[in-house]
Amino acid sequence: MKQSILGVGLFSFLVSLSMLSYSVQAETVFVTLEKDNALAVVDPIEGKLIKIVDIGLRPRGITLSPDNKYLYVATSDEDTVKIIDTETFAEVGQLPSGEDPETFALNPAGDRLYVSNEDDNLVTVIDVANKKVIAQVKVGVEPEGIVVSPDNRWVISATETTNMIHWIDTKTNTIVENTLVDPRPRAASFVSDNTQLWVTSEIAGTLMILDVNSKQIIKKIRLDIPGVSTDKIQPVGVVIDKERRWGYVAIGPANRVAVINAQTLEVEKFLLVGQRVWNLAFSPDQKRLYTTNGKSNDISIIDLESHKVTKSVGVGRFPWGIVSKP
Amino acid sequence: MNRRIQKTFFLILLWATSLVNATTIQTIKIAYITQEQKVPAALSNLDAFIQQKGLIGAEIAIADNNTTGQFTGQKFNLQKIIVPVSADVVTVFKQLVMDDTFFVITNLPADLLIRLADLDSAKRKLFFDATTTDDELRNSHCRKNILHMLPSRAMRADALAQYMMKKRWKKWFLVTGMSNEDQAYARAIKRAAERFGMKIVTEKQWTHTYDARRTAQSDVPVFTQGVEYDVLVVADEQGLFGEYFQYRSWIPRPVIGTQGLVPTSWHRTHEQWGAVQVQNRFKELAGRWMEEQDYGAYLAVRSIGEASVRTESNQMQILKNYLLGDEFALQGYKGKPLSFRSWNGQLRQPVLLAAARSLVTVAPIEGFLHPKTELDTLGFDQAESTCMNGSKNTNLAPLAIQEDKQSEGENKLQKLKQQIINKLKQFGWK
Repeated sequence: MKQSILGVGLFSFLVSLSMLSYSVQAETVFVTLEKDNALAVVDPIEGKLIKIVDIGLRPRGITLSPDNKYLYVATSDEDTVKIIDTETFAEVGQLPSGEDPETFALNPAGDRLYVSNEDDNLVTVIDVANKKVIAQVKVGVEPEGIVVSPDNRWVISATETTNMIHWIDTKTNTIVENTLVDPRPRAASFVSDNTQLWVTSEIAGTLMILDVNSKQIIKKIRLDIPGVSTDKIQPVGVVIDKERRWGYVAIGPANRVAVINAQTLEVEKFLLVGQRVWNLAFSPDQKRLYTTNGKSNDISIIDLESHKVTKSVGVGRFPWGIVSKP
Repeated sequence: MNRRIQKTFFLILLWATSLVNATTIQTIKIAYITQEQKVPAALSNLDAFIQQKGLIGAEIAIADNNTTGQFTGQKFNLQKIIVPVSADVVTVFKQLVMDDTFFVITNLPADLLIRLADLDSAKRKLFFDATTTDDELRNSHCRKNILHMLPSRAMRADALAQYMMKKRWKKWFLVTGMSNEDQAYARAIKRAAERFGMKIVTEKQWTHTYDARRTAQSDVPVFTQGVEYDVLVVADEQGLFGEYFQYRSWIPRPVIGTQGLVPTSWHRTHEQWGAVQVQNRFKELAGRWMEEQDYGAYLAVRSIGEASVRTESNQMQILKNYLLGDEFALQGYKGKPLSFRSWNGQLRQPVLLAAARSLVTVAPIEGFLHPKTELDTLGFDQAESTCMNGSKNTNLAPLAIQEDKQSEGENKLQKLKQQIINKLKQFGWK
């Protein structure tokens, strides 16, 4: 009897010790809050909101510099992209993003930032070090999704009304090819070996897999969910893990994340998260996935070993963009 | 001699340029035709009369099409024809719209549109009705060469009725104006009431003078006295009296219909699903809010753009087949793909239910189901449509294909049924 109590005590001590060592392995998640004009700082391991930092009007797109020192945040109603120190949260500079910046992408080296200017049908190319615009690329109507390939060969701009994927050569900053895709393409993501581009269509409710060599669609996956009306199937954010085992698609008002086998390109399952899920981010070790849920004002934390939603953390009004720092 | 060489050289050059153009750029010619309006009487001067509703919507869409066209090697031309009040639209149309302009967007009343669509030269053209809401034009008076961009009165009334059903505001007091349009609106309201189990407890015609000094405070309470109802439905398309009823009725009840909570395809309060982008772009260009007619013309030009980009064609029949086919899915800032009903050329679309400063909801309301698409819970569904039976009209092209599909499905069902019966018989079922 006594022994077993001792055993339990010892066990719980060990558990708390292991938890302690676990939380030492620090990680910070940053979430832009579109309606609160703020940035939420979250400890994803503890599953706790640490603090809220005022950041500027209508913050949306967010990216981390490769050295993890700076955050880039598009404050849309201030027509700028702010550079924020990840330790002090002080604003250390601004980038000339053009009007109403929403989404942008940083190249792997971290010296070029590509911004979608939705109202002007442009992609603005910014030299980060000099904080100068070095090129503007004319694209289709209402550019939104933007991504740079891991090998820095391509910048992809998805235009929502033209319904195209524009392939911009990073060397020349010119469009080399255009691929017509399903209506209202929202987001795009490369697989880590640069051979495929995954693109979501909000209106058709599809995930399209494009072959980077031919620039053609090689597969379309309809993200139908049993029991959910097709109008709610509005895919937005898409990410694929480095090993290309799984891809994940946020399905907006369907309140679910689709888990897709990245080898067979079949839907494995759907995970129920918060309301109007738009954007996704991996933890640095890719053991967890974080989602921003715009309507339920929280983020969901998904454990990627078990493919289970482990926690939701309330962050503030209209969480939009999300990024994780080791 | 020298001059002749020059001339020949010039001709060769001209020919060469046209050849280059012919092989690289495909031109899609679109005409937009409307007639100037006499400024109508209005209840107040709050909302200024807008002479050219529609045109700027078409212009924005042409710019969008051409932005896309630079990547597809296509050029979209918009010929704008504004017929003066005194001139005859049909004559002007015959004079100005050329044979190689296959696509015509109209901002014209139903009777004029029918006269254009019935012309001999119109057989090789496809009309996009950007502005009417006429139910007859989509039913017994329908034409196979007209597509309708805005929701019909029936679709609007159904949208209202669905929401009223959700709210359980089922007893309606209907007030109708004197004009033919008001009567048509009231007919749509009555149809919707019957379809969705609403009860019109009283129906009255508003015949009073339109002078606010007399009617506003004194007449409305008397007019609405002695009836138990949930909502007051007004049918006043021109806006001559409907606004009087809010806050002035005998018992406190909301106003819906042409005033109060209005069913519409576009509204300044609408900013979901990227709508805020097009609202901003429109305001910047026009200096005013985007109106329904602008949205209708915008969608018309965008439909042509979408169809010609996807089919890589500028030919009427190819585009028409695509537009009426299953593949067509237009992004219209309403969160659902828009498409055309093959039986009457009506654009399927959600209907907004808007109050002056807030978007209340969007129909179809959740829970109203349909075997094909929930959008078809609004307006005349295929089985109810009298368009197919119209004496002047033959079926729209893809209908035949659809029927085939349907019968194929039925055959499969029959086969399945037979298989089940056979199986059951094996197990001794009689």
